[in-house]
Amino acid sequence: MDLRLDVSEQDGWSVLRVGGEIDVATAPRLREQLIKLVNDDQHRIVVDFEDVDFIDSTGLGVLIGARKRVRVHDGDVKLVCTEPRIVKVFEITGLDQVFQIYGSMSEAVAA
Amino acid sequence: MVLEHAPATDEVIELELPARPEVVSVARLVVGAVAAVDPLFDDERAADLRLAVSEACTNAIQAQIASPDRARGRILLRCVAQRGRIELRVRDHGGGFDPDRLPRHPAVTDPARLDHEGGLGIPLIRLLADELEFVASPGGTTVVMVFGPRMPTGRVIG
Repeated sequence: MDLRLDVSEQDGWSVLRVGGEIDVATAPRLREQLIKLVNDDQHRIVVDFEDVDFIDSTGLGVLIGARKRVRVHDGDVKLVCTEPRIVKVFEITGLDQVFQIYGSMSEAVAA
Repeated sequence: MVLEHAPATDEVIELELPARPEVVSVARLVVGAVAAVDPLFDDERAADLRLAVSEACTNAIQAQIASPDRARGRILLRCVAQRGRIELRVRDHGGGFDPDRLPRHPAVTDPARLDHEGGLGIPLIRLLADELEFVASPGGTTVVMVFGPRMPTGRVIG
């Protein structure tokens, strides 16, 4: 199954654009990419979920792990997401209290 | 004349899948299609079902992979659709587990929760499904989930 990952930089933040479905089949690639960023000393990360069609608890676990890794370096993982179905997964798990979720990339990198 | 879109009798779909991560997306597709047939289930509720079945299949596959029988691993997905009610069963042969003995993790807002990447799957199913039952089956577990057209309210993970 298709998972698209694209890394760029904006205003001092590493931007990881994710597209497709994040589940047990694809989450390992997302985890590897996030670990690579941290290993490259990129500790301020915005994950752009605007092209994500699906996420389940496996994907949420990867984000929890990434947040833990960057917090050691005083970093942060922020999310950009407006799709109600994806935002809902964060809300019902309470993870919207853990991750800051922004409505646009410009808002995320400015905050 | 009234057009009847929903099936008058139970629609049953059974699917046996190899216990591999790649098949979870197939289970989601099937369940999404089952929900789409019933006009009482809107797109949002169909997304709940897709999420729940993804969690159940992920657990089943992980149980199967962890079992000594992994080479012959299969999981069975059974969907029974009546008007306004969809029952999903996911059966594995992973040796069984006790849902009452799952590890207890701190609340997600507790910094200590960040030590645990797993453990959200079954709490999520509990939120999304109207009924949830784990049935011991020969050599494994069957997760039985029943869904009505609306997500049950007033439930939180904790």
